[in-house]
Amino acid sequence: MVEEKKFHRQFNYAFIDERTKKEIRRKLLKAVCIPGYQVPYSSPEMPIARGWGTGGLHITLSLIGKEDTFKIIDQGSDASVNACNLRDFVKNTTDCDTTFETSKATLIQTRHRITEEELKAHQIMIFQVPQPEPLRGVERYEKKTREMHAEADYAKMWVSLYESFVRFGDIMRGAGYPVKVNGRYVMSPSPIPRWDIPNLSDAECLYLFGAGREKRLYAVPPHTTVEPLEFEDVKFKIEQFEGLKCEITGEQIAFLDELYGSDGKTTHVVNDSDFMNQIKEKERPIQWVNRYLTEKIEKTFNKN
Amino acid sequence: MDNKEWLLKVENLTKIYGEHSVNTLDKTGPLFNSNQCPETGAIVACANIDFTLHPGEVLGIVGESGSGKSSLVNLLFFDLMAPAGSACLKGYKNDNTNILEVSNQQKRFLRNHKMGMVYQNPRDGLNFRFSSGGNIAEKLLMAGNFHVGSIRERASYLLESTEVPVPRMDETPESFSGGMQQRVQISKAIANNPPLLFLDEVTTGLDVSVQAKVLDMIRRLQQDLNIAMIVVSHDLSVIRMLTDRTIVMKNGRIVEKGLTDQILQDPQHGYTQLLVSSLL
Repeated sequence: MVEEKKFHRQFNYAFIDERTKKEIRRKLLKAVCIPGYQVPYSSPEMPIARGWGTGGLHITLSLIGKEDTFKIIDQGSDASVNACNLRDFVKNTTDCDTTFETSKATLIQTRHRITEEELKAHQIMIFQVPQPEPLRGVERYEKKTREMHAEADYAKMWVSLYESFVRFGDIMRGAGYPVKVNGRYVMSPSPIPRWDIPNLSDAECLYLFGAGREKRLYAVPPHTTVEPLEFEDVKFKIEQFEGLKCEITGEQIAFLDELYGSDGKTTHVVNDSDFMNQIKEKERPIQWVNRYLTEKIEKTFNKN
Repeated sequence: MDNKEWLLKVENLTKIYGEHSVNTLDKTGPLFNSNQCPETGAIVACANIDFTLHPGEVLGIVGESGSGKSSLVNLLFFDLMAPAGSACLKGYKNDNTNILEVSNQQKRFLRNHKMGMVYQNPRDGLNFRFSSGGNIAEKLLMAGNFHVGSIRERASYLLESTEVPVPRMDETPESFSGGMQQRVQISKAIANNPPLLFLDEVTTGLDVSVQAKVLDMIRRLQQDLNIAMIVVSHDLSVIRMLTDRTIVMKNGRIVEKGLTDQILQDPQHGYTQLLVSSLL
């Protein structure tokens, strides 16, 4: 039991009762067994509204133990409001260690980013997913989308990519680019930028996805292939930040945020706040290795 | 025609809506001039349908509304589930697999690779939220073509051969006239060169000059590509223009079948005689 100080109430360890935590863990096992498949789950009541990160929170709280070190980021930042509040909540109800440092964390909850630093086998990354259904944009009925997944009928998804190419000359998906997991299920990777998509594939760590409002859990186990949907002649690309570098660190190979100054000028800074701090204060952490990043490094390196 | 040469063999195809008794099939049909079972109220959409379609042949199905002719093609294109009967397609799994009982995935494979369907209403066959090219692309993508360049090439070729202006291929069918929508639908249906095409009242609702154009085009495509077709129509002039053989249906049963010319010149069944004599 954990004493809640403000109202002097007692909660179960990690807020959710043990039976519900067990249920969530069992659903997570199922999700890991069928990579990319959306498993319905209970989505119990939380002190925050559904859709405000409850899916990620459910997973975190059902997995966390006293020996865990918890890190939470929102859009790459450890210090944003959503991250701070959820961190406090987890800290208050579990008394576990929290950290900003990616390498020290065992559980990392995230919204909209994967860390710039490569994750290892002992780490679990947990996504707060707003819309788990990649087909929702092309098919509004849940019954239909379930059938489409069951029969691997992804024609409409492909046509929507084709239409995007026809209308705009490229596949215009910034965040949440649809991916195919383990050669079977098409999955929504949560609204992470295309920059992060290749890091889902063949990773050391476990990726868990929780959508609280939609009541769905899914997973990408370690060493699972995750391929972005692409045509033979129209390929998936990551964001290019050509000729741009971080104002603070001078870093060129990282996902950059565009900031507007009061004089109207734009500057760029590294989006991942911990990655930026590590570069500034210690040494550059080891980044993910993927072919898109290698290509980019070669391109940037050859230009200089 | 040689009996060994067949493309589609349909045997005992039956579709009944509602609860039926042992007598349902005996107490309905053209003899009773009804397809509703007097005992249970079940509706017999079609019953005991047998026919064989030969490669490259055009078969007409004619009958009044409610006679089960549309149900028949919808059953064969898997839009409806058939509770009884069998249909075998040449070249699919040793030629003797009942395609009405395979898995949904296999049915989709058949729809995408072996069949095409043109509905009376273009809204049934086309997705009006996608462009015309996108609608054709859907079929090509499902057949495993993931090259945008070649998809667009094929789509333009198809639209050109069905006389839809190619520069308009990236517009949605919404902005097209009815005749053009129908031609886009035909392009989509024949995109993967299927050996079998279903045409369900394709010209109904089009004005006469457009009707003639669409029929002309269908006949040309049939001769160029040698596609076998099942043409459903209540319009005898369409049947006469397009088909080699004809099935006449009434109250869910086949009442007469034979060569189209023969049926039109010398109808045997009373209902067919009525139908032919009422031809304007």
